[in-house]
Amino acid sequence: MAEEKTRQMPPMGGPGRRGGMVGKPDVKINKDTVKRLFGYFGKYKFHLIFVMFFIILSAVASVASSLFLETLIDDYITPMLLPNSSVTFTDLFVALCKIGCLYICGALAGLLYNRIMANVSQGILKKIRDRMFAHMQTLPIKYFDSHNFGDTMSFYTNDTDALRQMIAQSVPQAMSSLVTIVSIFFSMLRQSVWLTLFVVVFLFAITRIIGFIGKKSGSYFVKQQRSVASVNSFIEEMINGQKVVKVFCHEDKNKAEFDSRNEELCHNMTTANTYGNIVGPIMNNMGYILYVALAILGGVLAIKGVTNLTLFGFEDEPITLGAIASFLTMSRNFVMPISHISQQINAIAMAMAGAERIFSLIDESPETDDGYVTLVNARTDKDGNITESETRTGEWAWKHPHGDGTVTYTPLKGDIVLDDVDFAYVEGKTVLHNVSLYAQPGQKVAFVGATGAGKTTITNLINRFYDIADGKIRYDGININKIKKADLRRSMGIVLQDVNLFTGTVMDNIRYGKLDATDEECIAAAKLANADGFIRMLPDGYNTILEGDGSGLSQGQRQLISIARAAVADPPVMILDEATSSIDTRTEAIVQRGMDALMHGRTVFVIAHRLSTVKNSDVIMVLEQGRIIERGNHEKLIAEKGKYYQLYTGTFELE
Amino acid sequence: MIKRLAKCVREYKKSAIMTPVFVIGEVVMEVVIPLLMASLIDNGINAGSMNFVLKMGVALLVCAVISMFFGGVAGRTCAVASAGFAKNLRHDMFYSVQNYAFSNIDKFSTASLVTRLTTDVNNVQQSFMMIIRMAVRSPMMFIFSFIFAYGINAKLASVFLCVVPFLMLGMFLIIRKAHPLFKRVFKTYDKLNGIVEENVRGIRVVKSFNRQGFETDKFQEISSSIYNDFVKAEKTIAFNAPLMQMSVYTCMMLISWFGAKLIVDTGATELTTGELMSLFTYTAQLLNSLMFLSMIFVMMTMSKASAERIVEVLDEKSDITEKENAETTVKDGSIVFENVDFSYSKNADKLCLDNINISIASGETIGIIGGTGSSKSTFVQLIPRLYDVRNGCVKVGGTDVRDYSIEALRNEVAMVLQKNVLFSGTIKENLRWGKDDATDEEIINACKLACADEFVEKFPDKYDTYIEQGGANVSGGQKQRLCIARALLKKPKILILDDSTSAVDTATDSKIRKAFREEIPETTKIIIAQRVSSVQDADRIIVLDDGRISAVGDHDELLKTSSIYREVYESQVKGGDDNG
Repeated sequence: MAEEKTRQMPPMGGPGRRGGMVGKPDVKINKDTVKRLFGYFGKYKFHLIFVMFFIILSAVASVASSLFLETLIDDYITPMLLPNSSVTFTDLFVALCKIGCLYICGALAGLLYNRIMANVSQGILKKIRDRMFAHMQTLPIKYFDSHNFGDTMSFYTNDTDALRQMIAQSVPQAMSSLVTIVSIFFSMLRQSVWLTLFVVVFLFAITRIIGFIGKKSGSYFVKQQRSVASVNSFIEEMINGQKVVKVFCHEDKNKAEFDSRNEELCHNMTTANTYGNIVGPIMNNMGYILYVALAILGGVLAIKGVTNLTLFGFEDEPITLGAIASFLTMSRNFVMPISHISQQINAIAMAMAGAERIFSLIDESPETDDGYVTLVNARTDKDGNITESETRTGEWAWKHPHGDGTVTYTPLKGDIVLDDVDFAYVEGKTVLHNVSLYAQPGQKVAFVGATGAGKTTITNLINRFYDIADGKIRYDGININKIKKADLRRSMGIVLQDVNLFTGTVMDNIRYGKLDATDEECIAAAKLANADGFIRMLPDGYNTILEGDGSGLSQGQRQLISIARAAVADPPVMILDEATSSIDTRTEAIVQRGMDALMHGRTVFVIAHRLSTVKNSDVIMVLEQGRIIERGNHEKLIAEKGKYYQLYTGTFELE
Repeated sequence: MIKRLAKCVREYKKSAIMTPVFVIGEVVMEVVIPLLMASLIDNGINAGSMNFVLKMGVALLVCAVISMFFGGVAGRTCAVASAGFAKNLRHDMFYSVQNYAFSNIDKFSTASLVTRLTTDVNNVQQSFMMIIRMAVRSPMMFIFSFIFAYGINAKLASVFLCVVPFLMLGMFLIIRKAHPLFKRVFKTYDKLNGIVEENVRGIRVVKSFNRQGFETDKFQEISSSIYNDFVKAEKTIAFNAPLMQMSVYTCMMLISWFGAKLIVDTGATELTTGELMSLFTYTAQLLNSLMFLSMIFVMMTMSKASAERIVEVLDEKSDITEKENAETTVKDGSIVFENVDFSYSKNADKLCLDNINISIASGETIGIIGGTGSSKSTFVQLIPRLYDVRNGCVKVGGTDVRDYSIEALRNEVAMVLQKNVLFSGTIKENLRWGKDDATDEEIINACKLACADEFVEKFPDKYDTYIEQGGANVSGGQKQRLCIARALLKKPKILILDDSTSAVDTATDSKIRKAFREEIPETTKIIIAQRVSSVQDADRIIVLDDGRISAVGDHDELLKTSSIYREVYESQVKGGDDNG
């Protein structure tokens, strides 16, 4: 861990830290989020029109099927039962064929919209995921330093998953339910306005009940999510620290703490799911109660002879018995989709909360890059003129376009100057004070100092992981703010103390430094880093697949690979931040000889605790609390008998 | 496997069993209700008998209330049983992991253990919920619906028998095609998460090598493959609903036709219109239940993998077990290695430690030096019995470590691991891991010994400073010193530092060693280090090379006798810029 940076970060602690996974305490849907989400449908607008059309078709078929019963009874069976009826079985057959066609259309429409939706929903999710990842790559280091790892992960897992559920299932179902509700509503009106009115009033009452339950269950769902987060983070932390747990015999303590969190989760989960589970039966049976009420009301209307009112106006007669019967059936079909929608509400609310979080990531402002000076391959002719070259020449130059259209080329030498630099990670807490330094090409510049002195911070500024507050940093005479970040970083190889390897073969990992490196180049780099020996001992040599950040390797071996990775890039400037801290000094000496040969004539920055690592540097800077207190080579600093001398003699009292 | 999981239901057995019972009650009501509704229409509305409508209405209401009651109670017991089951699963797994030896932890990666305890438990819980609610409900619904439909009219009910086989065949084909696709999707999901994880953790590497585009391409390749597989799977699943609809529609049309014929031909004696309506309802119920069955089947096959992964954790036996009547007191801090061989895997060709013999007196300070991969950490991990030796034995206080109770042994052997962690909580809470009831003075004292006091006092909240998960808000050197303080609080007889001062500057390092020498002289101290300076004042230094003891002696002796030690020393003193 780059110590300076972490120490200075604002505290992110407190109970709400994993807030990302918890969700908003209220089941609210933000309009802007919905709008933005719709924006992602852009490319699929055409598809959506089809989907809407097919959903309507499919819903119409299902409504028709529920209405068909009435037709069957009223128009065919009942007349046919009468003597001398003009209706024959042929008529019925024709009617069945007609409705059969509609059914086939409906089923086909169902198939088509489901298949189109598969494309749409997955397409949108892919777009969101890709967008999220691509954007994440542009975010400044500061974002990663100040955000919890687990939260960032959950954007890609929980939140995207909730969205998938909503887009692929909840939305189409809600749409189809809506169509069904509307068409049945009109069919009901066609039969009787009075009864429909009653249905509406009754359902209004039901939805209030459901709404009440929903609110309760919503709050319990939030509680559940919170305890899920609490249990999961405990599991994550303790399993990762399991070896420490064992060394301290802390197992029983852990078990007790785990049990109490687990118990709480169980409680909240039970309550949340209870509410979730009883919505279905309540809705369903309320439907039956409505049925009975309608039957009685219909009966009363018919018997008392109340004039029926339909969509087409007052009829002369009271409602017919057949109409009541079919109205009853329709009421069942009316309640069903409403119950479906009510069961989707939690899913939708959760998805919207997820979408909001995803958008907040996408809205994070990216690393700014106003640089216009680029790094190009160059060729110097006899007269010392520099021209740009298409191919790799082993020579680089900064291409500096000017306002008047002219371009100047400055050879890349690795001349780095810090002029009176101040810097603070958090406003008000300055970590670097008036730091000035000059690193000439070919020099090895070392930073020494206690933890937290600001060593890593300086390198963070040179490659612009962070931007300076005050002062100037010049690279070959160019202000680094003018250099495009990608080119600036391309010109530097960085080996960090915390090694991060990627899933893939050892060879892939070394090639990460230079994507078009040949196997020979990679092996040469590995030899240079003294990694070749142990790599060859791995089960598949260079083709051994590393997983989980190279967890099978020792810390020292991982550092050797990361040095090889930087070496293969063959950069003009190299920054080694505690790059050999876990390597034994004998191996380190071998690695150093290799690196010195590679970096001959180039600039190297070295950060180390071990003075043996920095001793042969051209310039050693001793940092204390963000200030350079001593500078010079080893002999000079020893002669000065200052801090460096103390450190040095503190190490080797024998000398 | 199912048996193993079923064991975890335990105190929720009653709820787990009652759920299906209540569900059956609900199902019976749901099947009876259409019958009553038919009767209400036939004999009430159509007959114009308000009296009958009221009577049936009351009956229906009663049924609805009973059904609601059963449904609600089933919902409750189901929630209780499934949440409880999940709780027990997590509990058992967590306990099981707590009892693992280091070798067991090495076998599963920590990331995989975390997934198993979280995602996998969740999957299995979902399936469990489905099973106790739906797995009973659906077949019951199917059977009752069929019986009632058969009761209404046997001939018409036989329509189902013609349609159901087609539906089942169709569903079987869909599942067979979709299942491998889903399985592949979930595997790809793991990969996708892996990439995100690597990128978030390694963002500095990505940025400093300018590999944003490269990583984004890598990510998009995987997200495309998820897209392709998922679309394929969902497109296959898309056949499900229409298949179902077509079956329902076919049944309804057949029933309409034959039903109409029957009613008309017999003059509504064998079948009434009301009964025809109930038949329609039963059709929907019957086929729906089949649909649910297929869904349960899909879910179960999907969670099968999760269940297997859970059982693996539960069934893993700890490689280290305590003897009965184990020794509970450690006499002193002496350590003896007798002909010790060790290797991490049982059938490795090469031993990590090969025939180690050494005896360390109580109170001695031992330094260990050796190259990368020379098994230094392995050597010391045998002392608190984090691993068991393959051959030979390790004795602490004159007794074989395998004869001690593990807790007693580890309480006396404090070890600061190379890859150490602090836990989220205040500094005080973290330090109390060493001693639960440590007083503030004890804590401060330990911190002074470990040179941690100086920086802790500079924090605004001092000892109440909140440490982030993984100790992210303290520097490497600070973390190491806190870890040493935590170990010191145990007041152990043996203290092992596994490269624990590598991030501490040399001056502080020597201050810590001085404190050890003066404040805890009776404790045996074993110090692994890369820096010669960290070990050169030890009573004896062990030079390890490739799993063997290459030399033992104090600094001066080793300079004369051990070429490895001399090389290491010279590389540090002279900076390695010459051929030293």
